[in-house]
Amino acid sequence: MTTATGTDPRTLHGAWMQRCSAWTRSWPMVPILVFLLAAFAFPVVQLLWLSLFGKTGSPTLEHYQRLVTVPVYFTVLRNTFEIAGWTTLLCIVGGYPIAYFLATTTDNARNRLILWVLLPFWTSFLVRTFAWIVLLGRRGAINNILESVGLTEAPLALLFNMTGVMIGMVHALMPLAVLTMLSVMETIDRKLMPAAFTLGARGGQAFWRIYFPLSLPGVAAAGLLVFITSLGFFITPALLGSPRQTMITQVVIQQVEEMLNYPFAGAIAIALLATALFVFYLYDRALGMTTLAGGGTQSQRGAHERGLVARGFGAVGAILTAMLGWATDGIAIVWEMLARGSVERAPRVSGRLALRLAVVVLLIFLAAPSFFIVPVSFTTDAFIEWPPKWGSLKWYVAILEHPTWITAITRSLIVGVLTATLAMCLGTPAAFFLARTGFFGKIAAMGFILTPLILPRIIIAVALFYFYARLGLIGSSLGLILGHTVLALPYVVITIMAVLKNYDQSLDRAAASLGASPPRVLWHITVPLIRSGLIAAFLFAFVTSFDELTIALFVSAGVATTLPKQMWDDAILKVSPTLAAVSTLMLLFVTVIILAAEFFQRRTARRD
Amino acid sequence: MLMTIAGLVQPDSGEVWIDGRLATYAPAHKRDIGMVFQNYALFPHLTVFENIAFPLRMRGVREATIRHEVARVLELVQLPEVGGRLPRALSGGQQQRIALARCIVYRPSIVLMDEPLGALDKKLRDQMKLELKRLHTELGITVLYVTHDQEEAMIMSDRICLLNNARIEQIGSPADLYFRPRSVFAADFIGESNLLDARVAGIDGKDVTLNAAAGTLLRARFDGDCNARPGDAVKLMVRPEMLSVLEDGVSADNVLNASLTDIILVGGVTKTYARLADGTLIAATGLTRWPLCGLEKDASIRLGWAKESGVVLPREGPAV
Repeated sequence: MTTATGTDPRTLHGAWMQRCSAWTRSWPMVPILVFLLAAFAFPVVQLLWLSLFGKTGSPTLEHYQRLVTVPVYFTVLRNTFEIAGWTTLLCIVGGYPIAYFLATTTDNARNRLILWVLLPFWTSFLVRTFAWIVLLGRRGAINNILESVGLTEAPLALLFNMTGVMIGMVHALMPLAVLTMLSVMETIDRKLMPAAFTLGARGGQAFWRIYFPLSLPGVAAAGLLVFITSLGFFITPALLGSPRQTMITQVVIQQVEEMLNYPFAGAIAIALLATALFVFYLYDRALGMTTLAGGGTQSQRGAHERGLVARGFGAVGAILTAMLGWATDGIAIVWEMLARGSVERAPRVSGRLALRLAVVVLLIFLAAPSFFIVPVSFTTDAFIEWPPKWGSLKWYVAILEHPTWITAITRSLIVGVLTATLAMCLGTPAAFFLARTGFFGKIAAMGFILTPLILPRIIIAVALFYFYARLGLIGSSLGLILGHTVLALPYVVITIMAVLKNYDQSLDRAAASLGASPPRVLWHITVPLIRSGLIAAFLFAFVTSFDELTIALFVSAGVATTLPKQMWDDAILKVSPTLAAVSTLMLLFVTVIILAAEFFQRRTARRD
Repeated sequence: MLMTIAGLVQPDSGEVWIDGRLATYAPAHKRDIGMVFQNYALFPHLTVFENIAFPLRMRGVREATIRHEVARVLELVQLPEVGGRLPRALSGGQQQRIALARCIVYRPSIVLMDEPLGALDKKLRDQMKLELKRLHTELGITVLYVTHDQEEAMIMSDRICLLNNARIEQIGSPADLYFRPRSVFAADFIGESNLLDARVAGIDGKDVTLNAAAGTLLRARFDGDCNARPGDAVKLMVRPEMLSVLEDGVSADNVLNASLTDIILVGGVTKTYARLADGTLIAATGLTRWPLCGLEKDASIRLGWAKESGVVLPREGPAV
């Protein structure tokens, strides 16, 4: 750093200043990164570290050994992968038509229909699982209808078995699959299918050869997210399944709550994490990470740069899609011969009609079940049964009279509001910085912020539990708020970045050229224009916290009970109409908030 | 309209005939048409070769023939080397040519183009215009070309169909549309024009006498049938290059007195702007001559034109 090197000290100084100012300019990233490192990365790493030590404190792999060798755990692992695999497959098969329809219909229709995906997406897993208990039980709505129509004599066993778990899981995760696939499909040029038609392709060929391959990154991203999320599920298998459908997360909960065996819980978490990372790795090799964030279908690599394996798959894929195309068209040709179309008469578009019908059925499957909760909450019976005996408010009265419910509701509201506030304070500057600046490590920073969204929640929950135990934060609202903020941050950052993407920055420059100082530009121009987006982000963060069970399950420790935690505790004991009443209130509340958030978000979009 | 012809949108009324066959409701893939989209709609996951081979594969053409045909059209659009690349590795102009190649490889009876040059910059657009015209002549296929750029239409067309609000305003050769527009819209849309308010004073065979709003008697000729009757309000259209600034002692069929507002040297041509007594602005374009005329602003000048150069147009609606 002396002139002896022959460098002019002034340029050196200049370079140093430049680097310095690059650091100071990145201040918006500092709070969020510090927070995530302290409240998320450190606890998780600590837990993973812990799993490598035995009771005596010496390094060991005994916990991992136990996981693989003890037959019970092995069975649970196999169960978990089996259930997650089937869930993924069914979510994609069912979600694809919805996403395809939403991506190819008119803007108006999409805006109206997407609510029916977003509502279940944001509705509590707990509420939706209770709804399936109402529907699928031996004396539930479905058996009741089947018997009264005369299709079945004895009630079908739909609950407390694999069928129940699959229905619940697919229902829970299909919205995620739809939204992920939709984000990729929306980047596919709408003119490609018409182009294929004019070049002589029938519907089937055009779809399978052109549209489907282009939508594959979306399918893969959806599969990835659904698979990893289902690995961490415990609500559905616990409430809708039998012990034979026990999933790994349930074992983690049991290990921590009953045995206080953190190292083993950590080992299980590691196994989950390793699986998740491995799946991510496969995904990245095949398609690249950018598509996960809805970054579009076109990977940066050229065709000739792809590896042998990818090309091999490509060739097989091309043959497969072509065959699917011919098969679909074969059906269409037969159908056309039967329907006898002519060039003088407008043809009935049977393909689109079938798609529409399928989408309606699937949307009903997604959105309708939650509402079966409502009538049950007014029953006079002491148990859940279909049809309910109408006409009593006693379950609502019971909630109001019971202090545990009231405190739980109050705590959930307070924790939700504070979580959302904290997440906004940390997330907004970061979102601005990420949306407007290109910098070294941007993708890494973005990935880090999104990790809590992708990681199985149970890992975060157990890690925080162990971390908090030493800080004395167990059973405190503060602990809950910090934990929930980790989960809410990705939503806040994504929502605000999406709004900023459509924001024309020349407005800011115009204001600055007219003599406004940076703070005044922010206050008078930027904030008013993106206000609706900010409100939406706040509401999404609030709902994330309000609905959260996994972290609450551990951190609240039976003291600082939140509403979902209270519902879970009740449900484990007995599914009573009280739960239906609480669920109804929650459904109503969350629906209003989500509709409001959507309204605000769209208002911003419209202004552009 | 293009979408209806392509079979991608169904018409509310009317019929579509392609090559002597009724095709109003025929599906797109049975119409034997080619279409070049505004953004080219090249399939991003397929190589250039596969893109061009796509329509042939859809028609079950043999692999060897496909290879031969794709090479032939790539040769034709002068991009023989790019077959193995993906579309996004090409420039806009190259993508444009591939889109065209994909659409002519199966020799459709008609090629539809939806503002194919819209996404290119000016210089490339000018190049591609001539390129497309060359291909059009070489291939001898029918091309239906949609554009908002009237210059593009004039350069490339044998026949122009002028649309206004989804209705056909006029169909004719570029010269027809330029010299014999049939409505104010057509006259105004293509090229520059002077439109003078006038009233029909008398009709004598093909010759018309008009009472201009400026108070002068003007003469013009009809080409086609004449439905106008004396007293009808009309507009008289004269192209700026048909007007000349008259020197003292020279006369013409029609003469208007005006006061000079501006003379602009554009380059090869000089534009003279003047104001008539009633305030109407009028423009005259002439070849630039040296020395430039030394007229001052507000100088009084006379503008004259031959009666054949004026076109009588109805104020609104179809031609008289």
